[in-house]
Amino acid sequence: MAQTADLECCDLTKDFDNFRAVDHVNFVVPQGSFFSILGPSGCGKTTLLRMIAGFQFPTSGDLLIKGQSMIGVSPNKRPISMVFQHLALFPMMNIERNIGFGLRQRGVPSSEIKTRVGRVLERVGLPGIQDRQIGQLSGGQKQRVAIARCMVLEPDVLLLDEPLGALDLKLREHMKIELKTLQAEFNTTFVYITHDQSEALVMSDSIAVMNKGKFDQIGTAKELYYEPANSFVAGFVGDANRFEGKVTALNGQIVSLITDAGITIQGQATTQVPTIGQHAQIFVRPEVIQLSKDPVPNKENQNSIKRVVNNVLFNGANSMVILCDPKSGEKIQVTLPQKGAFLELDKGDTVYTSWKPTQARCFTSEVH
Amino acid sequence: MVSDRSKLGFYLLLAPLLLWLVTLIILPHIGLFIVSISEKVGVREYEIGLGNYAVFFNEPLYWRTFARTAFMSISTTVLTLLLGFPIAYYIAKLTRGRTKTTLFLMCLIPFWVSELVRTFGWMILLRETGVLSSFLQYTGVIGGPVEFLYNDGAIMVGLVYTSILFMIVPLVTTLDSLDDSLIEAGYDLGGSGWSILREIVIPHAMPGIVSGCIVVFMLSLGNYLTPILLGGKDSLWFTGLIYTQFITRFNWELGSAFGFLLLGLSSTIVFFGLKLSRQSLSDTMGR
Repeated sequence: MAQTADLECCDLTKDFDNFRAVDHVNFVVPQGSFFSILGPSGCGKTTLLRMIAGFQFPTSGDLLIKGQSMIGVSPNKRPISMVFQHLALFPMMNIERNIGFGLRQRGVPSSEIKTRVGRVLERVGLPGIQDRQIGQLSGGQKQRVAIARCMVLEPDVLLLDEPLGALDLKLREHMKIELKTLQAEFNTTFVYITHDQSEALVMSDSIAVMNKGKFDQIGTAKELYYEPANSFVAGFVGDANRFEGKVTALNGQIVSLITDAGITIQGQATTQVPTIGQHAQIFVRPEVIQLSKDPVPNKENQNSIKRVVNNVLFNGANSMVILCDPKSGEKIQVTLPQKGAFLELDKGDTVYTSWKPTQARCFTSEVH
Repeated sequence: MVSDRSKLGFYLLLAPLLLWLVTLIILPHIGLFIVSISEKVGVREYEIGLGNYAVFFNEPLYWRTFARTAFMSISTTVLTLLLGFPIAYYIAKLTRGRTKTTLFLMCLIPFWVSELVRTFGWMILLRETGVLSSFLQYTGVIGGPVEFLYNDGAIMVGLVYTSILFMIVPLVTTLDSLDDSLIEAGYDLGGSGWSILREIVIPHAMPGIVSGCIVVFMLSLGNYLTPILLGGKDSLWFTGLIYTQFITRFNWELGSAFGFLLLGLSSTIVFFGLKLSRQSLSDTMGR
């Protein structure tokens, strides 16, 4: 690699009194990329971010920014800025003083602070609001001011701690695109933590899925979605129907299992092929399941099963239908095609579902 | 019908407050004011005039005592703030749960005994044969017994001690409401401990600082017991002068005038204090 990475974590570990919050985490974030850490609440992602920012100290391991170890460097000496979850704009100052705070600490002359604050406000699309108070801004404007306050310092890495959490849905969708544009505009490395998978999938160049203090998988959004490394990633990223059962037959990577309800289904094991008799899980994305009104010939292990419509969830292009197995009552979610015969689908109708085994993923169940 | 009844309830609830205000504060003050503008011209003969106020300005002892009281009270307030702020910051920001409650309670416990007893406690510590003097003699720092009582320092110590709780309580309340992430954001943006204190913590705590200062200043200015007991006969505290006029000299007219001057002085100083800190009374007291 010609260029040193902006941020690098080597075996970073953080122990609290009786549990390990971050467990031997390793990752490298190259310059100018948008890196997300995605995980459920309590997975240790906030602890990891606070260690990068310098508010918490790792128990072991190393943390490098532009190749320099940050162990023992206090937060105000690190070339990092952070956008806090609730933004933490200073209510006692106006916008100009808020954004100029970091520059004042560095002893930048006040005339230069004025021009630099004006310039950064222009770049985030809010020119001329220097004299306003924090309370006079809308949620999205506050967000941009918080980013401007960090970016005016030209940090090597910008950390973002679920900053969209407090916004309403419409604004959140808008800010996702905005953040991505800002990141490209400033060409700064962003490290973004979130529990919202759609935020991570939309914005990131690279995503790390974190669970119980460990990174389960690091990859692009597509890799995580189509080639999950384990059952946690498959279940957490995107929607998926999960089937659990005992493995009955193996055909190369294609695994057949019989669920507790007595249905036989097939999926592809890409990581570790289970042995016959073992417990395994199969994940099927709602959009790969095909619907048809007539039985599909079961010639290529098409997983053709007759099901009854339990509910239709109309949501425009994202409409779903919940189907239920007439015998066991097991429910699955299927994306409803917005054309043709299925528009009239109603509760109680009978349909046949099928999917190709290569589009479903099989993972060995974790041993409890 | 309903509105009549609710109106009656409103006035019934208001009655104790009105009674208290009118009978215990407004009426006595009107009475005292009438007394203060009565000049004695002969036996049981009075004329309305500002002569009593003129006495104050013509007699250097009186207005010097007045100025001294104001100066010492302001110093006490500043000293209490400087001592109380770190304590309040520690309680509000650096402790959690049980420790916080315990520390807060420990500040409160001395106030379970009366001010008189607490002041006597300081006398036991500071007098010539007291704990401090004996200890210093024992360790050989001083040769003979030293009297620590009856000087301005002793008055100051006593005043700070009696009023520090009234500084700590509002400070802890306002500092508690300061979001920790604001302090973290300050550090993250490259601020030092000092600049964060100056630009973030103190502006946020300003209402608490001002309300604490007003209470402590008023308590010190109007204190009688502590300056007299710890300062001795040379304490020259303005409340002492008022006491002398009323009780020793039976000069109620001059005493009342002094009382009103004290009221005027404290109001003026609080007014300028608020102007200086750009706070309003309703902001600081209405929390």
